[in-house]
Amino acid sequence: MMQALREHPSLRVAALMAPGAFWLLLFFLAPLTIMGVISFLSRDAQGFPTPPYTLENYLTIVRDIRFAPSLSFEGGLHVRLFEGLYLDLLWRSIWLSLLSTLLTLLLAFPVALFMAQLPRRYRNLALFAVMIPFWTNFLVRTYALQFMLRANGPINTLLRALGLPPLELIFTPTAVMIGLVYGNLPFMILPLYTSLEKFDWTMMEAAHDLGADTWRAFTRVMLPLISPGLVAGSILTFVPAIGSYITVDLMGGGRTNLIGYSIAQQFSASVNWPFGSALALVMMVIVTIAAVLYFRSARGTQRVLI
Amino acid sequence: MSTDTPIVLLGEREAVRPRVREAAQRPTLGRFVLTLIALFTFAFLYVPIVVLVLFSFNSARTGAVWQGFTLQWYERLFNNPRILDAALNSLIVALVSTAASVVIGTLMAMAMERYRFRFQSVWDGLLYMPVIIPEIVMGISLLLFFAAIRLERGLITLIISHVAFCMPFVYLTMRARLADFDRSLEEAAQDLGADEWTTFRRITLPLLMPGIVSSALLAFTLSLDDFVISFFVTGVGSQTLPVYIWGQIRRGITPEINAISTVMLILSFVLVSLSHALQQRTSAR
Repeated sequence: MMQALREHPSLRVAALMAPGAFWLLLFFLAPLTIMGVISFLSRDAQGFPTPPYTLENYLTIVRDIRFAPSLSFEGGLHVRLFEGLYLDLLWRSIWLSLLSTLLTLLLAFPVALFMAQLPRRYRNLALFAVMIPFWTNFLVRTYALQFMLRANGPINTLLRALGLPPLELIFTPTAVMIGLVYGNLPFMILPLYTSLEKFDWTMMEAAHDLGADTWRAFTRVMLPLISPGLVAGSILTFVPAIGSYITVDLMGGGRTNLIGYSIAQQFSASVNWPFGSALALVMMVIVTIAAVLYFRSARGTQRVLI
Repeated sequence: MSTDTPIVLLGEREAVRPRVREAAQRPTLGRFVLTLIALFTFAFLYVPIVVLVLFSFNSARTGAVWQGFTLQWYERLFNNPRILDAALNSLIVALVSTAASVVIGTLMAMAMERYRFRFQSVWDGLLYMPVIIPEIVMGISLLLFFAAIRLERGLITLIISHVAFCMPFVYLTMRARLADFDRSLEEAAQDLGADEWTTFRRITLPLLMPGIVSSALLAFTLSLDDFVISFFVTGVGSQTLPVYIWGQIRRGITPEINAISTVMLILSFVLVSLSHALQQRTSAR
């Protein structure tokens, strides 16, 4: 056997690839395929999949829609586009995830910039300070934030002690937004920092020497060069936000619904496996589009991810 | 001219760099605002964690008023058989799935980096997918899969699922390491008469070791921390620690949760310190 492996490179490739390929096909692709099939099945009395095949689950998502744009301020700024339960849910999930990504970026960019300009010694320390929350259990971190914001938590206890009225923070749409930003901040800071650290600051000097003002130097020189980190960070923030389950539950008390949470509900509280599968597939399509955009703009920069 | 210019430029750039760094550190209003936002963000990240740790030593059963130092919540933790069971489950799942995904992922990275074959780009895309798609989709699809093949949910389904989401991360890490690999060392070994197996064992493997260790730490942390996927593929008697904590949080806040969260924080801290130290050592070399 060793002889055959030595003489035929293609056999060697097959031997190296086999275990991983087997695992990916059987325990990643096959489950997704089964989910796709189930999304076209009907539900039985208990909510489990049963024949016949139907388009009903997808039709439910787009049923009774009316294009009705409006603007509201609950849960941060919410631009409504549609009326209709699930399409509105989908749109709101995309909108709030984008909004949280933008807010995360607004906090993360100054941090990454600050870190990149520190002297080397302090830079490593700062990097370590970002790595800790990056690798800390997401559930534990979100729980810590919930603990802080609770009705009788440390913040409100402090406010009461100072004779101030307590804040109604927890289980609101605002709390969900705070939770998304809090949870995803390290995933934005780290890739941004990786790009900024490699950035050659003499480029900015050169842009200035050639007559560009700071804004122009930033948009035309710095932004293109750090875009891999920017895009990676945005994807690493947007995808967990739109699929978020822990944050929506612990910070919003389930009252602010996002699609990821809604999908999970179809498999726990209100059992409807076929409909849940259809929703999951729709979300996968959205995320895949986001991912394709990522690969387009950050080709060959996979190292930013890890 | 075209051949001379880059060299001159390079020389100048090196000379200019210290001056620019100094300029970046000159106290200006912009820099002051930047520092302020950065410090605020670090505080935002750390205050909840620090407060949680503090209150795990608070003797008050409810509320957030400090009533004195106690270790009783930790004592209860280590006397609670359900927590110890969950911790053991987490450890078993993390160890087994780390070992499996490191082997499988490294082999795949070798094949993908060193050979060219048909459908390679398809595999490349497929290996990225588990990293990109939301955990909840992966958890649900695995739940449906195990239901379809009638495999009872338990440690086995947990391990299968954890390998499925850890292995692509190992693959990506190892592929990056292999891309930097100096193959002339292997050629030198073979020129000196080593056969392929010896070359692999004596040259390739030792040189890849730092990458293997850091990808193992990555996989171990990912597995230990995972809640969403585990939540869907766990069985009645096979709860992992995060799944157990989730159940407790849903029932209401207790000081025990603060204590167990602190233990998990310390664990993460140790793992991060290890991988950070490792990275510093590798990059110093």
